[in-house]
Amino acid sequence: MKDTSHINPLENEAIYILREVAAQFERPVLLFSGGKDSITLVRLAQKAFWPAKIPFPLMHIDTGHNFPETIEFRDRLVEELGLELIVRKVQDSIDQGKVKEESGRYSSRNSLQTTTLLDAIEEFKFDACIGGARRDEEKARAKERIFSVRDDFGQWDEKNQRPELFDMLNGQIELGQNVRVFPISNWTELDVWSYIKEEDIEIPSIYFAHKRKVFLRDGLIWSHSDYVYQEEDEEVLERMVRFRTVGDMSCTAAVFSDAKDIASVVQEIRESTISERGARIDDKRSEAAMEKRKQQGYF
Amino acid sequence: MEVLKIATAGSVDDGKSTLIGRILYDTKSLTTDKLEAIKNTSKKNGYDYLDFSLATDGLVAEREQGITIDVAHIYFSTSTKSYIIADTPGHVEYTRNMVTGASTSQAAVILIDARKGVIEQTNRHFFINNLLRIKDVVVAINKMDLVDYSEARYNEIKADFEKLMAKREYQDQKITFIPVSALKGDNVVHRSERTPWYTGTTLLEHFETLDRSDVYNTGTPRFPVQYVIRPKTDAHHDFRGFAGKVYGGQLSVGDEVVALPSQTKSRIKEIYFHDKKYQTAARRSSVTITLEDEINLSRGDMLVKVNDLPTIEKQFTATISWMDSQTLSAGKKYILQHGVNKVLAKVDAVHHRIAPDYSGVDAKSDTLGMNDIAEVSFKLNRPIYFDSFKEHRTNGSFILIDTQSNSTVGAGFIS
Repeated sequence: MKDTSHINPLENEAIYILREVAAQFERPVLLFSGGKDSITLVRLAQKAFWPAKIPFPLMHIDTGHNFPETIEFRDRLVEELGLELIVRKVQDSIDQGKVKEESGRYSSRNSLQTTTLLDAIEEFKFDACIGGARRDEEKARAKERIFSVRDDFGQWDEKNQRPELFDMLNGQIELGQNVRVFPISNWTELDVWSYIKEEDIEIPSIYFAHKRKVFLRDGLIWSHSDYVYQEEDEEVLERMVRFRTVGDMSCTAAVFSDAKDIASVVQEIRESTISERGARIDDKRSEAAMEKRKQQGYF
Repeated sequence: MEVLKIATAGSVDDGKSTLIGRILYDTKSLTTDKLEAIKNTSKKNGYDYLDFSLATDGLVAEREQGITIDVAHIYFSTSTKSYIIADTPGHVEYTRNMVTGASTSQAAVILIDARKGVIEQTNRHFFINNLLRIKDVVVAINKMDLVDYSEARYNEIKADFEKLMAKREYQDQKITFIPVSALKGDNVVHRSERTPWYTGTTLLEHFETLDRSDVYNTGTPRFPVQYVIRPKTDAHHDFRGFAGKVYGGQLSVGDEVVALPSQTKSRIKEIYFHDKKYQTAARRSSVTITLEDEINLSRGDMLVKVNDLPTIEKQFTATISWMDSQTLSAGKKYILQHGVNKVLAKVDAVHHRIAPDYSGVDAKSDTLGMNDIAEVSFKLNRPIYFDSFKEHRTNGSFILIDTQSNSTVGAGFIS
């Protein structure tokens, strides 16, 4: 092709941000969940540094309550691309007595991940953690910077954020601090799906319609699984579903869908009247659920 | 798809968040679950209307006080464009966030409450949008429902605003007036029957017709080297690529270029985006460039065309927008980040501080406090390669970083 003017401005921006991370930090890491956003980040990083390898490792904070499809996918991707993968387990944090397993109807290991993540940052002395969070996901995330400074305790000071001007990214920090970096801040859910389609990126099968044992609670579709607390009167049904967003099994609800390929998924998202995080059980806890988790050091 | 970023500015209670909520609602961008949440909270707060600001005020402190503290980014799209709205705080003390929001935008909306007309904050917002050389500004005269959709009132406010326009620095700025009611939905997305005297476009129609393709294209390419790619693998043993974003104009294979600061000349050999080769790197694309000759080039250096050199200097004067509670004063040192290049800068002198209401030039002052704007001269430990902000938006701007706190404390626009 003759010139590069057809390239998506969001892709140009994300590549610019990833290159800033590699240049400004000594020990960056890409937080990889096996979800579509972090898979997109891996593709962008490949493009940013070609023909060199991605100059940072991936890290998965593993709740132990994963969809098996995502773990299988994760391991295959890492092997194919010759990447370094670090896995740190929430189970270990529980065993060490650092966090306590939640109990009851809505128990989840989602918020326990924060402790495991902060410990891993300290262990490897990571100074930048790249994440796939997007501003359109949630209103507290809409306030997030592209380079977001966290203190020694991993905390987000939401009322005192660094101004971010033009595309100049200030990554200067003190020892002990770290920066959370969000290269796809300005992408919407539809942008991500369209990119996956255009780039023909492989994603885990749970994003496509499949038959699954589920049960209904509070208007959400929950997976029937050993990891999810289920009342006796909550009837198990077998339905065609898919996932729009993938966290661990205890915090991710499914949607009814017949979309079996990427084209029909993109079409479905385009026509959807429910937001992506409408299917995140963790956000339903309160109006400020995300802001509170972010202050404590969540992704 | 084209992405247009719009910054909003308005005083507290001018209805900025309501306007954005209205745009989202009328373009059907609010999903059922978000709308449901807004309905419930509005009802809980005892309102008989939908409080759209709940869609954008994302922090607890903002919802408690009913004001916007920090910039929020809101996304929606139409069949022709993707939009990013930077919802910036209207409160005086958050002016720095307004500068931040405006710095990355191609267009801006200034809101005026039709009952109050042009006030001190309007002055500030217009001054900042003009200082940042935002090419397209819409003055949305809001709450028209509360002045009985009066054409006379609209014209009165328009005339007052035009007086401000006469004083502006950047005269080419395009300014459009639109009478709206964000609450009732008049002239935001849909045309209103209640303003038959208004024949112009609605707010959204205005942005739909805006062509940003030529915005900030100066024809003089600047290529700051962000990162050097050296794979050192068997397949690419001698590959030495310079990764970066092209600003201002385009670069093509065969172009004769000069590396700064070494002043060494070479030619562009290849242009890559990922693993594909291109003839030309368009403006704002993140590419990797290889050169015909092995020359010394690292992060912070710059490639430019031989006949288009920027200014290479160790001292200059710039307009500074100060963003920190600690004052700036003569003799203080800061890290100056110009694009991806960092140097040490010493404040030589503070000149012409702009009055806090931005009505005109203040008396000479030696210090700059939070939200102040002034002309400041600097001396650097090494030369940088810059253009004036007027000529080159990216290569004419910088940020100042405090050497102790590491925080971004100011933004600069080179004179």
